[in-house]
Amino acid sequence: MTKLTVNGQTHEFEVEPDTPLLWVIRDTLGLTGTKFGCGVAACGACTVLVGDTPTRSCSVQAADFDGQSITTIEGLSTDRGHPVQRAWIAEQVPQCGYCQSGMILAAVALLKAKPKPSDGDIDEAMTNICRCGTYGRIRAAIHRAAEA
Amino acid sequence: MTRFLPSRRSVLVGGGVLGLLVCVGAWRLTAKGPTLTGESDADGVFLHDWIHVGRDGLVTVRAGQSEMGQGAFTGVATLIAEELACRLDQMRVETGPASDAFKNIGAGIDFLLQNHGFAKQEPTGFVGGTVSFIAEKATQQITGGSSTILDKFTRARTVGASARQMLVQAAARQWGVAPSECAARDGAIFHDSSKRSLGFGELALAAAKEVPPETIALKSREHWTLIGSDKVQRVDIPFKVDGSAKFGIDTRRPGMVFAAIVQSPVFGGTVASVDDSRAKAMAGVVKIVALKDAVAVVADSTWRAKRALEALKITWNDGGASTLDSAAIASSFAAAIGAAGKVEAVGDYPAAFTSAAKTLKGEFAFPYLAHAAMEPTNCTAEVGPDGVEIWAPTQAQTLALGDAAKAAGVSTDKVRLHTTYLGGGFGRRLESDFVVQAVLIAKAVGKPVQVLWSREEDMQHDFYRPAALVRAEGGLDAGGKPVALRFSVACQSILAHMLPIATWLGPDPLQFEGLSALPYAIPNRRVESTTVETAVPIGSWRSVGHSYTAFAKESFVDEMAHEAGADPLAFRLVLLADQPRLAALLRLAADKADWSAPLAPGRGRGVALHTSFASAVAEIVEVTVGAGGALKVDRVVAAVDCGTIVNPDVVRAQVEGAIIYGLSAALFGKITIKAGRVEQQNFPDYDVVHMAQAPRIEVHLTPSLEPPGGIGEPGLPPLAPALANAIFAASGKRIRSLPLMDQGFSA
Repeated sequence: MTKLTVNGQTHEFEVEPDTPLLWVIRDTLGLTGTKFGCGVAACGACTVLVGDTPTRSCSVQAADFDGQSITTIEGLSTDRGHPVQRAWIAEQVPQCGYCQSGMILAAVALLKAKPKPSDGDIDEAMTNICRCGTYGRIRAAIHRAAEA
Repeated sequence: MTRFLPSRRSVLVGGGVLGLLVCVGAWRLTAKGPTLTGESDADGVFLHDWIHVGRDGLVTVRAGQSEMGQGAFTGVATLIAEELACRLDQMRVETGPASDAFKNIGAGIDFLLQNHGFAKQEPTGFVGGTVSFIAEKATQQITGGSSTILDKFTRARTVGASARQMLVQAAARQWGVAPSECAARDGAIFHDSSKRSLGFGELALAAAKEVPPETIALKSREHWTLIGSDKVQRVDIPFKVDGSAKFGIDTRRPGMVFAAIVQSPVFGGTVASVDDSRAKAMAGVVKIVALKDAVAVVADSTWRAKRALEALKITWNDGGASTLDSAAIASSFAAAIGAAGKVEAVGDYPAAFTSAAKTLKGEFAFPYLAHAAMEPTNCTAEVGPDGVEIWAPTQAQTLALGDAAKAAGVSTDKVRLHTTYLGGGFGRRLESDFVVQAVLIAKAVGKPVQVLWSREEDMQHDFYRPAALVRAEGGLDAGGKPVALRFSVACQSILAHMLPIATWLGPDPLQFEGLSALPYAIPNRRVESTTVETAVPIGSWRSVGHSYTAFAKESFVDEMAHEAGADPLAFRLVLLADQPRLAALLRLAADKADWSAPLAPGRGRGVALHTSFASAVAEIVEVTVGAGGALKVDRVVAAVDCGTIVNPDVVRAQVEGAIIYGLSAALFGKITIKAGRVEQQNFPDYDVVHMAQAPRIEVHLTPSLEPPGGIGEPGLPPLAPALANAIFAASGKRIRSLPLMDQGFSA
């Protein structure tokens, strides 16, 4: 039995020990805002926060996080009111939107660690892939959220 | 197949066979098409196939096109809202079911007219009527070829105006006043002199019984409040910041199961035998389904399906392609290119080339490219006694519907197809292979099933941007003026599998689009093209043929400028003396990019200009080339002329995105073939631009009263040549082959 607190709610479940955290979040808990992109921790579409740490959930096993607290995109706010979400809307960041749950959580983690990140900090922290090419707007939105 | 064009792949998708034109004006409200008008449901009533008005006043727009990040939902909703007289926050937008009511007539007309250059006024009279008639018969519901606004600019406004008029008539009838005394705004009808008003929701059922006028005047542009406004935000973005947007992979159905799949690694190979003894005993496994060229494991969760898939032992028949490799394909292009057939001849090219004072030659080579959309290929299907239901991230609804019906062995009226949000499309989802696959697996398992490809399957079983070889030759007179220009192309044919009829009269126009009908005043020109078939599946990739023809053309024009000792910008402007729109666009880019400002050693600027999908984009790239080929793309300035703009911020976003997509391809993009299979597997070995490599991008729009052109693709073609020209300016090294990482550069 593994116990996870996801978005403030505690869940207990039993899955094969090799089951990645991503598939527990999507299939066991039914939270589909977290995406599958590459399965090898290269693209970051599956990024969630474990505590405050951005984590590529496709390549870690759920069982290793027993007792820990996890935030997915659904847990950020109930009204799109998180400063990062508001900045994302103000800068009209998403195109297809598939990578954006992971991008937003990576940005939340960055801003927690560095409330006023430089462009260099953003380059270093934001390593997720966006094929629609929204990087410039993501950068602008992070700076905007930092000012909020 | 009694249609004017074969129904199969009848529209030029992804592509611009022609880049051109128009709004579809010959389409009228009297035209056949709307079938739902007046049909009510528990929530409200349809005033048109595209417009449902709820009892609560909520207007549901069925856009017809897929939303894959390009802003189609917002664009169509804006056009309808402008005339219907409601706000976008009073609307919700969906693609709507796969249906002929959503045929992309704009793309059909675009295909038939085979125009090059900017969008033109809609054809009128007998010609316009005939073209529209054929286009409507032949076209499909597709999202491709940067055609949404082309398709909808006039039709969506007309439909909105018609629905508004029905609401006005209903209100007037209720109040016993003349319709002309009523006004529509903010989702309600007002009789201002008596201070009465009724919301759309209160009027909807009565309005559905009204007959709209046969023709209806549309607002003139000075009265537009939404079209062209920078204040209109994308309607889909709120759902993309909270995880609630439902992509294909997010489809959930009662009792559903999940499939993981492996396909023949060699193109054209088939399944010889499957040992599933271990897999079928694994937890959660429901069924193993062997298809002709693939094996799927169906389980009660995606992960359980994936891990059981790993436990299969499959023997493949490799088929005839097992010795194919990239080197052999390149040789076959080189061998064939000399025999390329003429597709355009202007002036007397041979004489002009022979008598030129200076001549130059270049050969440009391009690799296959994968689409690598963020959402891996997937589809959810259910096959039951009553028919087939499909949830798909597709760009080609009616084609998918037909293919699904065939796969299930039912008629198309037994298939219902729902379009989810697309996690990127870029042309990949114009194909229906994944839909057919899901239907076959669902049929075998008897439950709703979601088939989700791994990233590796997605990368190795794409319909790739074709590899291509382009040979260029040119001549300058003694004054350095270009007098002769010739391009020869060797490439596979996309249309040979999508729309064979289009290749009967000569080479596939997608092979050389962008090289013919050049705007540059070079008096003697020749374009040749030839098809070389290989076993590698190919398809439409953002900007299709333009993705490489622009590189060859704009690189070679730069080489000619250098040979002439001319500034590359000034050289182009001379050639555009009788092309005022393009010349103005180039000047706008140059002005914004400080073209004449000197740069430090090791830095350089390059320019490129290209027209595709009825719009033109000029880009100026600034780079720094360091020791050992360390390349930094510092800045990209784009100037855009896409005619009338429906949403300026969407235009900017599309050009920004096309630049990044084009930059990923220019820097890193290549799919190579060895032993009949794709060598690349996932993002680590099919690298793309990340945040740290993304340049500063500025997009400048040309205000315009001209008809609207496309915008999803035109920002891409100029990027790579402007970049290569900048590298030449910075380092003196000419680039004639992509990607740059194979030319001694790193980024």
